[in-house]
Amino acid sequence: MLAQQLVNGLLLGGIYALVALAFSLTIGILNFLNFSIPALFMLGGIVSCAMLSKGYGIGLSVAVALAVTGGASLIIERFTFRWLKNSDSHIPLVSSLGFLILFENLVVIYFGSDAVGYPSPFGGASIRVAKLLLSLPQLASFAISLALIVTCYVVVTRTKLGRGLRSIAESSVISEMLGVDVGRTVSGMYLISGLLAGMGGALFGISYLQVSWDMGSEVALKGISAMVLGGMGNIWGALLGAMIIAGVEVLTISYVSSEAVNVVVYGLLLLLILVMPNGLLGDRAILVERM
Amino acid sequence: MSGYATQIAAILIINVVAAYAAYMPLACGQLNLGIAGFMAIGAYTSAVLNGHGVPLGLSILGGACASTIAGLAVSIPVLRARGIYLTIATLAFSEVVAAVLLNVNALGGASGFVVNDHMSVAPMAAVMVLVLAAVVWLSSTRFGLCMTAVRNDGRGTAVFGVKVRRVEIAALTIGAGFAGVAGALYAHHFNYLEAQHFNVLLSTYAVLYALLGGLQTPVGPLIGALVFTLVPEFLRSTDQWRYVGFGVCIILLMLLRPEGLLTRRLIHDLPFRRRLA
Repeated sequence: MLAQQLVNGLLLGGIYALVALAFSLTIGILNFLNFSIPALFMLGGIVSCAMLSKGYGIGLSVAVALAVTGGASLIIERFTFRWLKNSDSHIPLVSSLGFLILFENLVVIYFGSDAVGYPSPFGGASIRVAKLLLSLPQLASFAISLALIVTCYVVVTRTKLGRGLRSIAESSVISEMLGVDVGRTVSGMYLISGLLAGMGGALFGISYLQVSWDMGSEVALKGISAMVLGGMGNIWGALLGAMIIAGVEVLTISYVSSEAVNVVVYGLLLLLILVMPNGLLGDRAILVERM
Repeated sequence: MSGYATQIAAILIINVVAAYAAYMPLACGQLNLGIAGFMAIGAYTSAVLNGHGVPLGLSILGGACASTIAGLAVSIPVLRARGIYLTIATLAFSEVVAAVLLNVNALGGASGFVVNDHMSVAPMAAVMVLVLAAVVWLSSTRFGLCMTAVRNDGRGTAVFGVKVRRVEIAALTIGAGFAGVAGALYAHHFNYLEAQHFNVLLSTYAVLYALLGGLQTPVGPLIGALVFTLVPEFLRSTDQWRYVGFGVCIILLMLLRPEGLLTRRLIHDLPFRRRLA
């Protein structure tokens, strides 16, 4: 029973980790809490769901969903970074809230306000391994999340784009002086975080077979908790934090009650930010320190 | 006034007071996304006091005191690390308050809590005017000047000997007190509380009213709350599209008028004002 719950938590954690990483990248590099990420997460789920119910294949549906979230994220970049340079630090946050309200209500208009079943071609297929019931789509989602996080780590630490990002995290003005194309680099970062959030939404649909216009908010709050727990701007921190948050959530549901989940998860977040604001693995490590 | 108009007026008054709760910390550069939590503390404290026979005015005062104390308790440890940490901490605080209220059966839990005394719109408006007067007075004092200075350049202000942390803590605490008042007004007008009402969205809207109205003058949040409460109400017939319009408005306003609707410059350019050289 305990093992089963822990496995469920682990699998849920994969999706939280994608969202946590999307938040973590924008905070680590631009010090900006991007509230449009829950909207992109939701778009990833809803768009792929709409494509699937029109009869397209799963590959094409997810690809279209990713194209939509990536494109939306680039538009958001224009309104929260490129055209807002030198503004007060709240302005991008408020604009991103504007996008959250905009996208959520557009989805309500076109898809309704009820939760929709996700017509996944894999359904609820599962296998049994030593008394543990493993859902195959959840397992696959977890593997994909893990692969994406590793890819993201490689991009940030080994590529030209990543070096640009790390230098912008240190100082945007100086990196521009040294020849980093700040506009394109930040666009790349928005694209990555948009794709991570969109993929998270599609994987959520495939794993839990339900999507709705407000699916983003709850997951986003858990993602923020995971990011703080692991350390803001820290890639492995996002993964570790997400595993712990999802584990705590699943264990609280099964051993206390489902109403107590929020008390425990957000209580943990509040306590952490008061006593250990740098998180478990250190704040902005990886992004800033290993230049 | 018709029932509909009364309802709108009540919501407007609560929104204005909540906008000032968000304005106080914003005026010195701190974003509090936990307004809903402080409102919930004010609302439930006032409702419980009232339920034990405390008169209406005193219960509202009690609610405001409780949320002020909560604001102080949150801001002192958190403001060691500012900015994004404060935003996330207040967000988490608000979620914890709502989740705890949902689980305490003595306060109705998930089924809600009935409040005794009813408060009509006129005394609510009087309370709102008091809050407004308090903010206008505060911003004319040295403390108000310090808040603006901290928002514009915290380090520079510290160089001039202002205790920046104290100013920030004071602003957040006073804001939390206002949120408590807003919550208490909500409790006594609608006479029914449910924990789910005090969610992130409520905090978000309070912050939006303040920012869209403008932080440069103490009247900004009033304008913001007025415009962004009444306009969607007039557009009610367009149903869901008005929220889409609201989202677009926020994005465009931040792009074109990042300082909000009401700026110093705008007041300066008003036709009946004598132009300064």
